[in-house]
Amino acid sequence: MTQVSMTVNGKSVSGDVEGRTLLSSFLRDHLSLTGTHVGCDTAQCGACVVHVDGEAVKSCNMLALEADGADVGTIEGQANADGSLNVIQQAFQDHHGLQCGFCTPGMVMSAAALLKDNPRPTEAEVRKYLEGNLCRCTGYHNIVKAIMAASGQDVSSIAAE
Amino acid sequence: MPKDSGIGASSKRREDVRFLTGAGNYTDDINVYGQAHVYFLRSDIAHGRITKVDTSAAEGMPGVVKVFTGKDFEGVGGMPCGWEVTDKHGAPMQEPPHPILAQGKVRHVGDPIAAVVADSLEQARDAAEAIDLDIEELPAVMNMKAAAQDGATLVHDDLKNNICYDWQLGETDDAKVNEVFANAAHVTTLDLVNNRLVANPMEPRVAVGEYARATEDYTLYTTSQNPHVIRLLMCAFVLGLPEHKVRVVAPDVGGGFGTKIFHYAEEAFCTFAAKACNRPVKWTSSRSEAFMSDAHGRDHVSKIELALDADNNFVGLRTNTYANLGAYLSTFSSSVPTWLHGTLMAGNYKTPVIQVNVKAMFTNTVPVDAYRGAGRPEATYQLERVVDKAARELGVDPIALRRQNFVTQFPYDTPVALTYDTGDYNGTMDKLEAAADLTGFAARRSASEANGKLRGLGINCYIEACGIAPSNIVGMLGARAGLYDAATVRVNATGSISVMVGAHSHGQGHETAFPQVVADMIGIDESMVEIVHGDTSKIPFGMGTYGSRSLAVCGSAMVKATEKVIDKAKKIAAHLLEASEADIELKDGQFSVAGTDKSVAWGDVTLTAYVPHNYPLEVEPGLEETAFYDPANFTFPAGAYACEVEVDPETGQVSIEAFTAADDFGNIVNPMIVDGQVHGGIGQGIGQALLENCAYDENGQLLSASFMDYAMPRADDVPFYGVDHSSQTPCTHNPLGVKGCGEAGAIGSPPAVVNAVLDALNSGGKAVDHIDMPVSPSRVWAAMNG
Repeated sequence: MTQVSMTVNGKSVSGDVEGRTLLSSFLRDHLSLTGTHVGCDTAQCGACVVHVDGEAVKSCNMLALEADGADVGTIEGQANADGSLNVIQQAFQDHHGLQCGFCTPGMVMSAAALLKDNPRPTEAEVRKYLEGNLCRCTGYHNIVKAIMAASGQDVSSIAAE
Repeated sequence: MPKDSGIGASSKRREDVRFLTGAGNYTDDINVYGQAHVYFLRSDIAHGRITKVDTSAAEGMPGVVKVFTGKDFEGVGGMPCGWEVTDKHGAPMQEPPHPILAQGKVRHVGDPIAAVVADSLEQARDAAEAIDLDIEELPAVMNMKAAAQDGATLVHDDLKNNICYDWQLGETDDAKVNEVFANAAHVTTLDLVNNRLVANPMEPRVAVGEYARATEDYTLYTTSQNPHVIRLLMCAFVLGLPEHKVRVVAPDVGGGFGTKIFHYAEEAFCTFAAKACNRPVKWTSSRSEAFMSDAHGRDHVSKIELALDADNNFVGLRTNTYANLGAYLSTFSSSVPTWLHGTLMAGNYKTPVIQVNVKAMFTNTVPVDAYRGAGRPEATYQLERVVDKAARELGVDPIALRRQNFVTQFPYDTPVALTYDTGDYNGTMDKLEAAADLTGFAARRSASEANGKLRGLGINCYIEACGIAPSNIVGMLGARAGLYDAATVRVNATGSISVMVGAHSHGQGHETAFPQVVADMIGIDESMVEIVHGDTSKIPFGMGTYGSRSLAVCGSAMVKATEKVIDKAKKIAAHLLEASEADIELKDGQFSVAGTDKSVAWGDVTLTAYVPHNYPLEVEPGLEETAFYDPANFTFPAGAYACEVEVDPETGQVSIEAFTAADDFGNIVNPMIVDGQVHGGIGQGIGQALLENCAYDENGQLLSASFMDYAMPRADDVPFYGVDHSSQTPCTHNPLGVKGCGEAGAIGSPPAVVNAVLDALNSGGKAVDHIDMPVSPSRVWAAMNG
């Protein structure tokens, strides 16, 4: 066991982990931050996306020890201070960008990373960026629409909600 | 003007806030104090005889609690099948045993052989590597037609052959069918494959079993679409436990699409092992494990023949299908190629003579069962492909050929056992033609051609049968379950309402849509109504969610229970208002006496029900009612879809340029949710048509066993979809007039995509009749250059 320390959602945390413990396991099993989901074992689905030092990272593909000293953000830290939904989360609700909710944390975290680098992405840019985030429920329609809406674009001309 | 609440409003989903903030409670988020973890050692060969399983070294490994093998389950029931199909000679289907852990033989890659329970998952996995295993490999039974031959290797040694059943529906007189085809002016024939798929809900399956030795109570947390069904099957058929001592909880479930209907061995194992180890036992499937243990879908090989007269009227239809059931019978597998497939072969058309033949086969593959649409996509794909091919052969417009043969009079008795209650197929096609701007297609094709691309338009019609019922009829057809549902409406003293429902929400938004109905009936705010689901200790016995049944069946039970509540509340209101019960009206949450200004509020009546001081003596206190609802018939959603593709003639790459759906779902409670259901279905259908394929090699090795190899549709594989559901013919036999919308997209889209690709290739001067799904670039390129 090795001690690992990091900042998660603004709080300092630490724990003893095996060398093989993944960051996703550390978040879920050691910190009980179960909003980060694990939907595959080949770094394809993106349900586990978190922010590590501001970058979107698949936490199932990173060892907890690799995040030692890092600043980690998870879905649990995304809402506004008063608990209300942030702009991206609110857009997902407004545009029905989620159904079963399992891929949703990863989608929201990826969307936040996209909009940080590209504040007004085109439809094609959103779709390209989401290549690493699988959703089985929505056919992506309302996810793409929600992310474009969150960027301040008028999405009213896009077909049905 | 869109409504802002109640039935017909696009109310925002109340479940979203917890999912968007990481506060959902999925099964893998549940950890029980003291739990151990199980790792299943699964077969890595498709077919073989187990000659040695030595667990002694594994048992001594660090953290190991207990190691189980098939021997531990001798005398324990196996996994049951919920539908007995009778073959065309009157014999029951062949029903082989399906043990929780393999006994004697392994029959597919992924068949569990041993289970290691340890303090941690890593320890369990390490110990499983120490199990000494010998398997004598046998030839794998993979090809369905070869498997049906006399002398073929047997998947199950005790069965007479690999044919589960040889089934027929429709016209039984072969001579009559032959005569129709002999006298036809034109016959169109098509051989096609409906590719094997993996449902792949984003949440892998999980089970946590708990046992309390002091009280002998069990709890199973599981990723299920129907917790009561799991409890009944596990208690009555597998483990022999009293139902009242077993609680099954399906909390937030991350998608199902059919594959979480079934009772799986891992659920029974965790429940059994919790007692055997006297510790909670948790199993979390990895995605790789899911590919070889979740029931797969589709996998039909069919020949379809359509006979037309000289005026292009459909006069006969004959299909011969081999349906792959895999190595064992999954819970509802036997019903899919039969009563959920053969019955849909009439489609939207008034074909007078139809004969459906199905041979269901055992092979050394993962069991196959219902996946979104379940039998109906397989029927629709055959029919709509052959209709399109007939139009091409006859040189007629594919829409006109369809319209000419539409059923237009309702109710309509099909030759394949169903009675369509209502529909308007021409009206729905009109909506499609407008919504998809089909008159503008020629110009769009020219524009594509100017860019060196071929453009195709594919049309598809579908009908589906949802809310499978009534119980007495399906019982005659072999169902070993009822197909009703139930709801309890519990009104609290201050007027808020909890509704306990048998349906289960795993993405469908019941927690939002169901309260819209109850609130609308009473005239109160939606926020005063909450839905409780997914826990057998809280909800009445209902059959769960599948087959697009939730609102049509469980919603009807909820309406009936709410009506009972309102009837009782009117008695109390009549007493308070000193009026006759017959004169009491309920509107906007106020009970009033007709023709007067006397009224009493909903909350005053509910409080009186629980504080019955000034109260009618003949009425029981309290305000809580339960209703069970068994539908009189299926519901029949129908629609018309249009897909436009561009094909790159240099590479064979297909891109979906536009996809438009016009559906008739009858009345609609929440249009936003309905649109989302259609989007998701179309996304999965495009996946089947262009990308997804569960592939085995001839030795039974699963080649597509992860998201690296199995091509799930991604955001840049699909377009924005156009969805129109303004064509509405309400269901005639349920109180809401609703039909179900969950599977439509997955049923209607694959043939539209393939028809569009073929249209594109033919527009380029290449006469191509058929390409099997998935229509990959290599297949398109081969067809163009073949």
